[in-house]
Amino acid sequence: MDHTSTFERILRGVLLAIVVIFFMFPIFWILLMSFQTNESILRMPPSIVFTPTFDNYIALVTGEMRTAAGSLQLNFMQNLWNSILLSSVSVAVALVLGVPAAYAFARFKFRLGEDIAFTLLSFRFAPPLLVLLPLSLYFKSLGLTNTYIGLIWVYQLICLPLILWIVRGYFEDLSPDIEHAHRIAGYSWFQTFRKIAIPLALPGIAAAGLLAFIFAWNNFIFALVLASADKQPVTVGALAFVTASGIQYGQIAAAIVLSVIPTFVLAMFAQRYLVEGLSLGAVKG
Amino acid sequence: MTAGTAQDIAPARQGRFLRKALPYLLSLPALLMCIGILIPFFTAVYYSMLRYRLNLPAMKGFIWFDNYINFFTDPKFWNTLKISLIYAGLTVVLELILGLVIAMLLQKRSRVNNFISILLLLPLMTAPALAALMWKLMTNPNFGILSYLVSLIGFPDMKWGSDPSTALFTVVLVDMWVYTPFMMILLLAGLRSLPTAPFEAAALDDVPRSFVFFRITLPMLMPYLLTATLFRLLDSIQQFDIIYAMTQGGPGDKLLVFQVQAYLDFFQATNVGRSAALMIILWAITYFLSNIFIKQWLKLREKAHGVA
Repeated sequence: MDHTSTFERILRGVLLAIVVIFFMFPIFWILLMSFQTNESILRMPPSIVFTPTFDNYIALVTGEMRTAAGSLQLNFMQNLWNSILLSSVSVAVALVLGVPAAYAFARFKFRLGEDIAFTLLSFRFAPPLLVLLPLSLYFKSLGLTNTYIGLIWVYQLICLPLILWIVRGYFEDLSPDIEHAHRIAGYSWFQTFRKIAIPLALPGIAAAGLLAFIFAWNNFIFALVLASADKQPVTVGALAFVTASGIQYGQIAAAIVLSVIPTFVLAMFAQRYLVEGLSLGAVKG
Repeated sequence: MTAGTAQDIAPARQGRFLRKALPYLLSLPALLMCIGILIPFFTAVYYSMLRYRLNLPAMKGFIWFDNYINFFTDPKFWNTLKISLIYAGLTVVLELILGLVIAMLLQKRSRVNNFISILLLLPLMTAPALAALMWKLMTNPNFGILSYLVSLIGFPDMKWGSDPSTALFTVVLVDMWVYTPFMMILLLAGLRSLPTAPFEAAALDDVPRSFVFFRITLPMLMPYLLTATLFRLLDSIQQFDIIYAMTQGGPGDKLLVFQVQAYLDFFQATNVGRSAALMIILWAITYFLSNIFIKQWLKLREKAHGVA
């Protein structure tokens, strides 16, 4: 028997509509802005009716923009490429390093493993600048400032603990019996790991990888502290773009749209695992 | 099998060594990462006990805990502490309430509700710095849609992030936009995992809804509420991206939370000692809070996985 009255159902609908509008409106509005010329953006009162244009996106992609005052060079594509490179390589490295380690933590109970897991977990909650500020000085003396290698190494701080934590949980949930049977049949641990453990834990590994990519992509402070103009990802780049171009609001909006599309798309694939990943397994989705 | 010669035994011994060393070899990268974190960490501890400014290298000297003691009498420090606590408190409480309300609205499994839950993930997937930029555009006093809408209901000249009296409100709003979905999906998972029996029994007995909510739902939801609250509290007190992208800590000193203040101390004032000390204090706060959580949680994990 359904207890909800019609009034309640209407109320619920209205409230949900307000909620959806609140959370979706900014995305919708910035998307609109990205197809407007600066003139129509600056026109008050703002209106939804306008003739759309691709000029902003074209300007970003071709790296050049014709304004009334002349041509302006844009380098946003470099930022986009940096984000893609940094995020994918960091996640790939973290997976290669982290999945075997997660396996070790799950299958072998050894003190060092527990200590490492605890340390990495406690640093998940530590302020990044605590580590980043001294690191920036070390990087300077090691010549690692503004290098992809340096950034990828530092990005491990974001990706590796996440992957370790999530994948370990998946390995722990797998019964070791199948692996034992495989070992008894004569295969080495590596073959067992590769042929049995990994395929069975693949959903968890994929989820961890997707989440790590999203976090790496959205990161701001690491790149702000350790990267300069040509290696900056979109998060820092968009901010620098605003400071540099000042009034090119259409392009700024287009840059923001391009910057968030990848994580939006990935989130659609990872949504089943998001709850688990975000709470580090504290809550199963 | 006949008694082995030395050559028969050697491979077995090698195999045993490999088996013992295997976990350590596999976790070597994780160990290196730990070391890679701990070295800068201890360096920061060391720096926090120095008088050290990059633009005055000759003055570098060991001063024990003077940096910390000076904080006690430094109004800037108390401002940082105050703003950070207010920001963290406001965001966590508001997001918790709003997240719970939305989770309850979406509790029933239906295609519409599922669709809405997915839509609501998008703000959470936005880089907080970019979210701040989006809101900065929308609150621009000259052409921002929000400035316009707000002028229609009686606030003709609202300056949002640039105005000392509304700056905090603006960044809290952005924070809520990004992070309420986090609360929502956690609490939604929690709500859906609750056993139905108590609720069915309450329905049969015609128990008033407020009683059901406060005496049945909330207590059973407590682990999820605590987890969500702690996660957000720990992240909110260190918020950097949103505030820096929005106002760089301004106007004035209105939004100088811990990490923003430390960033400015380091890069603008080049005061390594002071920024390190500030970060150590923040670390101490988060370490204390997170330890409570981590210890509880590891215990729960052990029980769940049945450690022999």
